[in-house]
Amino acid sequence: MEVQLIKIEKRNDVSRSIYFLTPVLAIFLTLFGGGIIFYILGFNPIEALKFFFITPISDLYGLSELLVKATPLCLIAIGLSFCFKSNNWNIGAEGQLIFGGIVGGGVALLFYNHDGFYVLPIIILSGAIGGMLFAMIPAILKTYFNTNEILVSLMLVYVAKLLLDYLVVGPWSNPEGFNFPETRQFSESARMPILFDGLRIHAGIFITLITVFLSWLILYKTYLGFQIKVSGLSLKTAKYAGYKGKTMIIIVFMVSGACAGLAGVGEITGPIGQLHRNISPDYGFTAIIVAFLGRLNPVGIIFASLIVALTYLGAETAQIFLQVPKYTGQVFQGMILFFLLGSDYLLFFKIKFLGLKKNEL
Amino acid sequence: MYKLFLRSLISVLFLLGLSLYANAEFKVGFVYVGPTGDHGWTYQHHEGRNAVEALGIKTTYVESVPEGADAERVIRQLAQSGHDLIFTTSFGYMDPTNKVAKDFPNVKFEHATGYKREHSNVSTYSARFYEGRTLLGHMAGKMTKTNTIGYIASFPIPEVIRGINAMTLAAQKVNPDIKTKIVWVFTWYDPGKESEAAQALIDQGADIIMQHTDSTAPVQVAEKAGVWSFGQASDMQRFAPKSILTSIIDDWAPYYVERSIAARDGTWKQQDTWHGLKEGMVAMAPYNSAMGSDLIKEVEQLQKDLASGKAHSFTGPIYDQKGNILVAEGAVADDGMLAGMNVYVKGVEGDIPQ
Repeated sequence: MEVQLIKIEKRNDVSRSIYFLTPVLAIFLTLFGGGIIFYILGFNPIEALKFFFITPISDLYGLSELLVKATPLCLIAIGLSFCFKSNNWNIGAEGQLIFGGIVGGGVALLFYNHDGFYVLPIIILSGAIGGMLFAMIPAILKTYFNTNEILVSLMLVYVAKLLLDYLVVGPWSNPEGFNFPETRQFSESARMPILFDGLRIHAGIFITLITVFLSWLILYKTYLGFQIKVSGLSLKTAKYAGYKGKTMIIIVFMVSGACAGLAGVGEITGPIGQLHRNISPDYGFTAIIVAFLGRLNPVGIIFASLIVALTYLGAETAQIFLQVPKYTGQVFQGMILFFLLGSDYLLFFKIKFLGLKKNEL
Repeated sequence: MYKLFLRSLISVLFLLGLSLYANAEFKVGFVYVGPTGDHGWTYQHHEGRNAVEALGIKTTYVESVPEGADAERVIRQLAQSGHDLIFTTSFGYMDPTNKVAKDFPNVKFEHATGYKREHSNVSTYSARFYEGRTLLGHMAGKMTKTNTIGYIASFPIPEVIRGINAMTLAAQKVNPDIKTKIVWVFTWYDPGKESEAAQALIDQGADIIMQHTDSTAPVQVAEKAGVWSFGQASDMQRFAPKSILTSIIDDWAPYYVERSIAARDGTWKQQDTWHGLKEGMVAMAPYNSAMGSDLIKEVEQLQKDLASGKAHSFTGPIYDQKGNILVAEGAVADDGMLAGMNVYVKGVEGDIPQ
């Protein structure tokens, strides 16, 4: 019997521009694949893609919604890029978001019916600290007890979710709310200022932009950023260079947790205005796609968060106008990641066909 | 010249009016909390939508809309894209519905199971599911051998407590030794948790399983364990053909049809609707013949009496767990008391989680 032999070789000459172009390629492939899926489902692919990707952002309200949706994704992904760049796999951003929301929401309830400019900053800060502390659990367990951070951070998501459930059902539930699982609506002083009347875009976007700028500064202009980069490329090199690995691991988790906490507090003080069981539609997990689609680069992440946010809005509009099943949004997110990882593989590895050989077995 | 101008102006206005009229095709939107194929809550709302669509009225739905920040955008998009009447079919849409209603005074909104009607274009509606629970209680009291009824409850809100109480009162009437055991799962839909709860109740001696959650898991567990069960929201008979005695069916179709026609014809008014067996918003699936024809006849009679008003689910004397009187002998509980119900009646085990 004859078999085709394949050899997979690592490429040494990957150009930087192609590296940053593959996400764009992945998006185009997704559009193409999406068109085929729409066609199979019996929709006109061009029309469906138009409703999916253009209609949602064809007016001011849509653009504002896009930013509202992209804000938490961008924040979390920026934080995650610190972890992922340094080979620390924080999968529990969702839990850190929820815990940040719990702490921030608790403070907001504490300040119920309190006026004062200081209320909102305290809430935001406490949310960030909440997320940070929650992210330090997997970091400390990893550095001092050698546990696997993927498992620990993931499992802590369920801890945070159950804690939130407990609080909104029991001690923090609205006393006038007939036992429904939600807290009071926060006072006005605890809400993010709305930027334009009639739109939902809020001051949280400035926090995100400042965070993006600071991360760029830290990652590319400081010694810490250099350490993170070297550790990501080669842990052994980092060790030989004498970097204090443990401190760095804890710091990247703290940054990541603080960002997720900020995202959580931004949601509850922004569009939601109270604590209930559904403060996040899995932003913490979707942000992992955003981080990789953006190549762990702050600017890339901004674009990636906008594109992924658009898949959410698009799924809604496509269902409203064409009754396309809503889950196509998740299919699109999956396809983007699939095509990105696929093209990455072909980018870094060469596949050689060595011709037909006799199978000796 | 002047006449020509006037004539063209009139014709332009006429065409404009015509095109506006054409754009203003009457449309109804639905927002669902789950997928249309959940075989429970959302499935039944979707059936209601199908009934409206069958009238030739154009409808739109958006499924699996999370009850968080996304709900407001979806409701607003429906309002913006020319929908004249919008049904938001889950409690968590209460605040977003009222918020959007404020900005679209010409659009009518109908919110299921909520209590806020902050603007004159918001109505609320719900069903008297507790009337169905009374029938289940009657059957459960007659069918149980262990005198233990297992109840899977979602959240300790008045609607759920009312169901527990209505069921227990009816069961006590036919079987004074009855005990109601409750497991709170704190979810509306989680097949894993629901089946664990069902198993735990069966292990504690319950030979009747009923649920105030939406998945088909509990009836399937009951079927396997060989105990009786009742379906929830839709007819779940095909998931547990031997075990299910009947299902309480939420039939939203007549209401959705009525309100859609009212909105189309301009007769829609704000209201708070609470319909039951009488209006058909609560309906019963076919009764399992394993109950025997005598019991089926009894239950059918009780169903008729509840519908006609001859019987009421909460007829006094009703006592709370400590023995204090809640409803005096001969009296019936009024809607205000039912709407805010937050104590168990005598015979229910345990405390309401606070």
